[in-house]
Amino acid sequence: MEAEAAKYIGAGIACLGMAGAGIGLGHIFGNYLAGALRNPSAAQGQFANLIFGFAVTEALGIFSFAVALILMFVV
Amino acid sequence: MIRAGLDPIAQFKIYKLAELKVGKYDLSFTNASFMMLLAVALIGLWMFFGTRKRELVPGRGQSFVEVTYEFVAGLVRSSAGADGLKFFPFVFSLFIFILFANMLGMIPIFFTTTSHIIVTFTLAMMVMTLVVGYGVFKHGFKFLKVFVPSGIPMVILPFVTLLEIISFLSRPISLSVRLWANMLAGHILLKLFAGFCIMMVTAFGLFPGVLGAIIPFTLTFALIPLEFLVAFVQAYVFALLTSVYLSDALHPGHH
Repeated sequence: MEAEAAKYIGAGIACLGMAGAGIGLGHIFGNYLAGALRNPSAAQGQFANLIFGFAVTEALGIFSFAVALILMFVV
Repeated sequence: MIRAGLDPIAQFKIYKLAELKVGKYDLSFTNASFMMLLAVALIGLWMFFGTRKRELVPGRGQSFVEVTYEFVAGLVRSSAGADGLKFFPFVFSLFIFILFANMLGMIPIFFTTTSHIIVTFTLAMMVMTLVVGYGVFKHGFKFLKVFVPSGIPMVILPFVTLLEIISFLSRPISLSVRLWANMLAGHILLKLFAGFCIMMVTAFGLFPGVLGAIIPFTLTFALIPLEFLVAFVQAYVFALLTSVYLSDALHPGHH
């Protein structure tokens, strides 16, 4: 296989890691919404926790994206 | 494959505005330094004119500054506790600087400083140096309790400690890569979709090409508010994580 082709295939495979981050983010926002609908008065106070969970989970998807970018433009 | 004008990463190119060499180090004034200075100047002007009159009943400018102040102060208070407020100036400066750098980057043809990993990594290392430095200065060896969470059964404690050490060491990387990759991804995406419009017209000619270009154009239009949201959320996340890490330095062992 040509090195150029392998690079693009690798970048595509690296993006699969985002699927996991997507599932995780769906869980976080879905559960937040479910909790917020049950007890709307407590929802405001958990906003910082929501964003914290979002940030920590998103980082993993972002790592796979960074790997893809490095494969595309740096390697 | 990609033509020069449509290259999605050409927008991140750094070029020198004024040459300056000290010894073997290249300290040239670049477009990145210009954008950072512009952000700082705008923040300075905003804060200066907002707080100049110091009225008891704030006007429009002053209440804007006060709302921002209270927003960040509430963030620090809720995640680092009341004694975390001694780090408020640091967190506030970080938040406002990143927010302005991100927002200025959203203006067309303006350069986004936070889309360069060296900028975000410097900011993250500043935070980690402060966390470790203050933690060791304040607690001495007791700062190591940050790796040993309280209330964990003895059986799995070594494993948890190992995980805590790994998570602590990866913090500067995740803190910097999150901001960098988000800004980079957003700007590449915008440029790609804008490039699709041009590709449509060059590939299919003016008549069917413009009809085909409607789809990527609409998507570009929809992506811009999303990018403004990302620009704000990433600044918020950076400030939030900074105060969470600072809370570790203030009270090691409480999780």
